[in-house]
Amino acid sequence: MIQTLFGSLEEQQKPSFLDRMKEAVSRTRENLAERIEDAVSFNKEIDRNTLDDLEATLIGADLGTTTTHEVLEKLREKADRKQIKDVDELKRLLKEELLAILTAANSQPVQKVDGTPEVILVVGVNGTGKTTTIGKLAQVFRSQGKNVLMCAADTFRAAAIEQLEIWGQRTGTEVIKTKAGGDPAAVLFDALQAATARKTDYVVVDTAGRLHTKTNLMAELEKMRRTAQRIVPGAPHETLLVMDATTGQNGLQQARLFTEAAGVTGIVLTKLDGTAKGGVVVAISRELGVPVRYVGVGEKAGDLLPFDPKEFVDSLFA
Amino acid sequence: MFENLQEKLQRAFKTLRGQATLTEENIQEALREIRLALLEADVNFKVVKQLIDQIQAKAVGQEVLTALSPGEQVIKIVRDEMVAVLGKDTAKLKFASQPPTVVLMAGLQGSGKTTTSGKLASWLKNGGHRPLLVSVDVYRPAARQQLKVVADAIKANIYEGEVTEANTATVERLVKEARREAVNSGSDVLIVDTAGRLHIDDQLMEEMQSLKRLLNPSEILFVADAMTGQDAVRSADEFHKKLTLTGVVLTKMDGDARGGAALSIRQVTGQPIKFIGVGEKYDAIEPFHPDRIVSRILGMGDILSLIEKAEQKIDRKKAEEMASRALAGDGFSLEDFRDQLRQVKKMGSIQSLMGMLPSIGPFSGLQKAADKVDEKQINRVEAIINSMTAHERNHHEVINGSRRKRIARGSGTTVQEVNNLLRQYAQMRKMFKDMGKPSFARRLAGMKMPRGF
Repeated sequence: MIQTLFGSLEEQQKPSFLDRMKEAVSRTRENLAERIEDAVSFNKEIDRNTLDDLEATLIGADLGTTTTHEVLEKLREKADRKQIKDVDELKRLLKEELLAILTAANSQPVQKVDGTPEVILVVGVNGTGKTTTIGKLAQVFRSQGKNVLMCAADTFRAAAIEQLEIWGQRTGTEVIKTKAGGDPAAVLFDALQAATARKTDYVVVDTAGRLHTKTNLMAELEKMRRTAQRIVPGAPHETLLVMDATTGQNGLQQARLFTEAAGVTGIVLTKLDGTAKGGVVVAISRELGVPVRYVGVGEKAGDLLPFDPKEFVDSLFA
Repeated sequence: MFENLQEKLQRAFKTLRGQATLTEENIQEALREIRLALLEADVNFKVVKQLIDQIQAKAVGQEVLTALSPGEQVIKIVRDEMVAVLGKDTAKLKFASQPPTVVLMAGLQGSGKTTTSGKLASWLKNGGHRPLLVSVDVYRPAARQQLKVVADAIKANIYEGEVTEANTATVERLVKEARREAVNSGSDVLIVDTAGRLHIDDQLMEEMQSLKRLLNPSEILFVADAMTGQDAVRSADEFHKKLTLTGVVLTKMDGDARGGAALSIRQVTGQPIKFIGVGEKYDAIEPFHPDRIVSRILGMGDILSLIEKAEQKIDRKKAEEMASRALAGDGFSLEDFRDQLRQVKKMGSIQSLMGMLPSIGPFSGLQKAADKVDEKQINRVEAIINSMTAHERNHHEVINGSRRKRIARGSGTTVQEVNNLLRQYAQMRKMFKDMGKPSFARRLAGMKMPRGF
């Protein structure tokens, strides 16, 4: 199967490896889709090249080899059973398959107790866009007429607190903070007490970016969760893992370890306005059952959208 | 997490035992495993395809070597090809003949440009340079303040300037002022931290081009996250087309990402990876070593280096002489024992040897165990043997109580330790003697001895 994966993509010999490579990558994803359509117009029968192209599309979108092969294996069975000869029909089936994986992942946030704030803990590796996402989340809740508090518990990264404060000004949200280098659990404690006293609807908690392999930093997240539970029943109700859409197969390991240490209930897929597809979330849904809640599509406060699985699947083939 | 590629290849090559050459047919399974390993490591699938073709072309027709197993032989070809792609360039920055040298940092959002700018400044300072930092990220909230905090932490100079409007005109004004400041303050390197931008954001990419024109930088470094997936080729290619990059910095290498993006980026840009970021501290920046990342991408540790090291350092002839004497009967003397210890010591510390094994998979426990090995023990044993007379080394049976006391004193150890050593030696000697007997040889015939040791 995978041996023949790329057989159809580059037949012609070009002068040098590098030239060929450059030419190959300059082809856009639209071109790939076009090539599939071309194949269709000449020959409506599904041949090996069609499957190979689909495989390349999925792997190229970062679904990973395991998920890709499993999905395609199912597709082959179905195509055989239903005697599907038409490529469009095959693509429709494949999209159905992917949609089923994404919608099957449905872990829900914990229900909050009436009269207490809903606490949202935002975690992730460095540079995925946690602080920006929190600013946007505050905007979403504010536009629904809710009271929101932001908690600046990233006391580690240079100017992280100031960055959140600017988002506070932009969205008209108060930020509870401490000094740089302070204890994240302590500032969380303060924020939750303030939120309880003021009957705030939402508390959105920023945390320092951390690689999932740093055990002591992951333990710090567990401590923050315990602190939250002590003050607000059931908190944190939602733990969002912010993941960069450019992330490759390491995303699966990130999701695995953050879920273990911090009980992730949902994913925010950021930077989808670039060319990366973020297909690793399919693998995450499939293996961990953690759904995508929001997608980030820009740098403005309004650039956070609820996740639409159907649109997402379509974009993998766009 | 990953099954070791080496093991998979060994399995793939079981059928190959006894065959004389590698052929297109008999290496298919191995190539498939390699292809999967590369894809799982996030090497772009088109780059993988090219690599596999090259590897196949190199491998087919090769004679199966006796020194390496077929699996190792193919891994060696794979590694050589990958190293060839990654290049052997070391981390050297180009400096302008007329200071200040300008280093322009470029990359997507969140790749680590600001942290890397700080690390680079710190690295340059340690090398005797006088870097000046400037941030022209007028877009992201508190980005400029972040660089200021970093600069203060590493005690590097920074040009702050004033920002009233967040636009390209401000950015251009800032770099001009910063360059003047660099000249006035006698700074020899100006590091320009820029806003993260998408490669498809035409307006911001034009801003980068304008910065390039204004500054004529000696280095335009593309800062990329080691966790990047298939899209790495796309972004790197666009950045390179628009800016003509001069090098790459791969960040967040202290995680467990296998870093296949390195291969993709190098392949599309043709520019060397100059540094890797390995932590959040400001000194956590290292020169890039192609060998190491190749092993990491393949998920198999530095097994080949280990094999090579063992082959280089162990004096084969001496080892064989010793073995034949030991097996002959009474030949294995304390002198031989000491030679053996010295061979082990020549290979380097046990920790560093263990460090070459993969840190993942079945070997993960070994590295921790290596920390507990007492290297000094080997030195003590050698000291004990050194304190013996030549006669004693060749005729251990003469070492009586008073000789033991003298040896202990001479080597700074205790009689107990000397006794221990002699007991161990006696056991080894007996073992070798048994091995020399025909019955033992027959028993061993079915077993394979570890190569190189």
